[in-house]
Amino acid sequence: MAVTNPAGPTMGDPDNTGRFGRFGGRYVPETLVPACAELEAAFKEAWSDQGFRDEFEETLREYGGRPSPMTECHNLSKELGFRILLKREDLNHTGSHKINNVLGQALLAKRMGKTRLVAETGAGQHGVASATAAALLGMECIVYMGEVDVKRQALNVFRMQLLGTEVRTAMSGSRTLKDAVNEAMRYWVASVETTHYCLGSVMGPHPYPWMVREFHTVIGNEAREQCAKLLGDSNPVPDVVVACVGGGSNAAGIFSGFADTDAEMVGVEPAGGAAVGRQVPGVVHGSLSYLMQDEFGQVQEAHSVSAGLDYPGVGPEHAHLADIGRARYESVTDTEVLDAFQLLSRSEGIIPALEPAHGLAWMVKAKDELAGKTVLLNLSGRGDKDVAQVQAILDGDPEALSTMRP
Amino acid sequence: MISLEEHLLELRASGRKLLLPYVTGGYPVDEWPRLIEGFASAGADAMEIGIPFSDPVMDGPTIQEASSIALANGSNPQMVLDAVSGADPGVPLVAMTYYNLCYRMGHKRFASSLVKAGMSGAILPDLPLEEAGEWATEADEAGIATVMLAAPTADDARLEKVCERARGFVYGVGLVGITGERAELSKSALSIAKRLKNLTDKPVIIGIGISNPEQAAEVCEVADGVVVASAIIRRMLDGGSTDEAIEFVAALRAGLDSV
Repeated sequence: MAVTNPAGPTMGDPDNTGRFGRFGGRYVPETLVPACAELEAAFKEAWSDQGFRDEFEETLREYGGRPSPMTECHNLSKELGFRILLKREDLNHTGSHKINNVLGQALLAKRMGKTRLVAETGAGQHGVASATAAALLGMECIVYMGEVDVKRQALNVFRMQLLGTEVRTAMSGSRTLKDAVNEAMRYWVASVETTHYCLGSVMGPHPYPWMVREFHTVIGNEAREQCAKLLGDSNPVPDVVVACVGGGSNAAGIFSGFADTDAEMVGVEPAGGAAVGRQVPGVVHGSLSYLMQDEFGQVQEAHSVSAGLDYPGVGPEHAHLADIGRARYESVTDTEVLDAFQLLSRSEGIIPALEPAHGLAWMVKAKDELAGKTVLLNLSGRGDKDVAQVQAILDGDPEALSTMRP
Repeated sequence: MISLEEHLLELRASGRKLLLPYVTGGYPVDEWPRLIEGFASAGADAMEIGIPFSDPVMDGPTIQEASSIALANGSNPQMVLDAVSGADPGVPLVAMTYYNLCYRMGHKRFASSLVKAGMSGAILPDLPLEEAGEWATEADEAGIATVMLAAPTADDARLEKVCERARGFVYGVGLVGITGERAELSKSALSIAKRLKNLTDKPVIIGIGISNPEQAAEVCEVADGVVVASAIIRRMLDGGSTDEAIEFVAALRAGLDSV
C-alpha cells in the first residue's frame, strides 16, 4: 500500500501517503482527515512561499533570539577525552528548541484563518512555547498536561497561565504526555473547524512529522555552518551528532543538517521509554512507528525522570532512520542522566534540561568509543524547570525518588 | 451465513428502524456477556462489541471509563472474543476497537479470530479510508464487513468513496466530536444522514451523541438506524444494573418503533 521512495535523499520529503520508508501515514478518525489534508496543503503552499519563509525567519531572529550559539566545552572535553560542542538551543526564547516549531505552526495557523491553538505538553516546554506564540499572535490557546506532569512542573503551569493560556489537566491513563496527546486530539476532533492542533513533536498524522521537522531544520542548518567555521575547511563536520529522543523533534532538527554527511547520528532514549530500542512497530496518535506496547497492542506507559521524554512512541522518521541504519539509538538510565546533569553544570557552568542530559549521559558512557573524536550535542533546553525536581531527588525526597527508574 | 449488510437490508425492507446498542467487552466485569443476549431480546438488530484499547481517542469519558475498568480487570482481545463466541444472540455482532490491536495481531489473524468468534464485522475508528486498504481486503476475504465512518467534515466526493468502501453499513458520525451523551440531537446528525442517504443504498446508521429514545427516533426520520453507546454504559457506571441497561435498550426499541 505504501509507496516508498528508497532512492530519495535521507531526511527528504515523505512519500505521498506521508511515509518515511514504511513508517508514518495518517491514522486518524475520519472527522480529522479533511483537516489533516487542509493542513498539508497549507503547509506545502506556505513553505514554498518566500514571503512566509521570510516572516518565519524574521520572527525566529527578532523574537526567538536566533541564531543560537555554538559553545565548545573546553573543560569537559579535557575531562572526557574528546572534543565536545554544544548547540545552544537552551538560549532560545522560552528556553528550548520548542519555540522554532510553535512559531512556525502558529504563523501557519493564523495564515489558515484559525483562531485557537490546542497543544499537549509533557515537561511544559512545548506548552509554554505554544502559550508564548499564541500571546504574540493574539490567538487563544488551550494546553493539555497530564496530572503527574502538572505536579512535577508546577512552575511551567503558572508560566502558561501568565501567558494567557488555559491549562487543562489530563486525568486519564498514565496521566502523562501520552494522555495529554489523547486529550488534545479529542479536543481537536470536536473543534477542528476553528482550532489548529499545535503538535509538539515529529509525531502524529501526516503532515506533522514532516512539518515539525522542517520548522526545526534551522537547528541543523545553523549547526552545520557553525561547525564549518569552528572546525575549519579540512574537516568541517563533527564525527558524531548526538540528541535526546522522546518524540524526537530536536533530534530531527539537528540530524537534518548532517544527514547527507559522514557524521554518525546518535539518538538517546530514556531506558524506560526506549521505543526505538524495543523495535516493535505499532499505531497510536496518528502514525505507524515504533511503539512500547504489550503482546495485545495496548500502549505501555513510559517511565522517565524527564517529563519531556516520558512518551511510549517515537516519530516515524526516527523509526525509518533506525531501520535503514542511518542513525543509531541508544538508551541511558535515570541515574546516568542525573550524573550528567550535574557534570555539565559543574564543569561548564551550564545547567541543562534533563532531556539533553540524556545525550550527555550517553557520551559519558561511550567515552572510550568517542576518544579523540569531535562530538556535537544538541543542548535542546535549559535546566531551570528541572532544578527543584533534581534537588528533591538528591535530597532523597521519597516522592521525587519515585519518579526515578534506576 | 447471512452477511451483516443483507441482514440489515432485510430488516430495513420490512419497515423496521435499526437499533445497534454497544457493549464494552469486559464491563461490567463478569456480567457483561449477559448483555449480548439481553440486548438482542430487548430488540437490538445487531450489536457493537467494544474491545477495550488503552488510548481510545474517539471516545469520551464514559466509554473511556468503562474501557479502563475492563482493562484494569484483565480484559484483552482474546478474552473478549472467547466470551463472545459463547453467546448466541441471534443477531450479528460487530467488533469496535482501535487499529493497533488489529495491527498487532496481524490483519489475517485478527479477521479469522473475529470469524471464529462468530462476529460479522469490524469498526476501526482510527483507520480512515486511505489507510484501510490492506485490512479491508483481508477482511473482505474472510467475510468480515469493514464498517466505515462517514464524518460531517467530509465533502460529498469523499463521502461517496467512504460509502463505496463500507461493508455492512455506513456509520454516519452524528456530530463533530467524540462519543458521549448530549442534551440535544446535533443538527449535523440529520444533515449527515440526509447526505449519506442521497449517496448510498447501504444501510445508513448514525452514531455518536444519540442519547435517548426521542433523539433516536428523531434521527431515524431520515437515517436507517442508530448506534447507542455512552447512554447505555453511563447508566451502569452510575450504579444501574445490567437489567436496567437492557430495559433502556427496550425503551430505545420502542422509540424507534414509533417512527
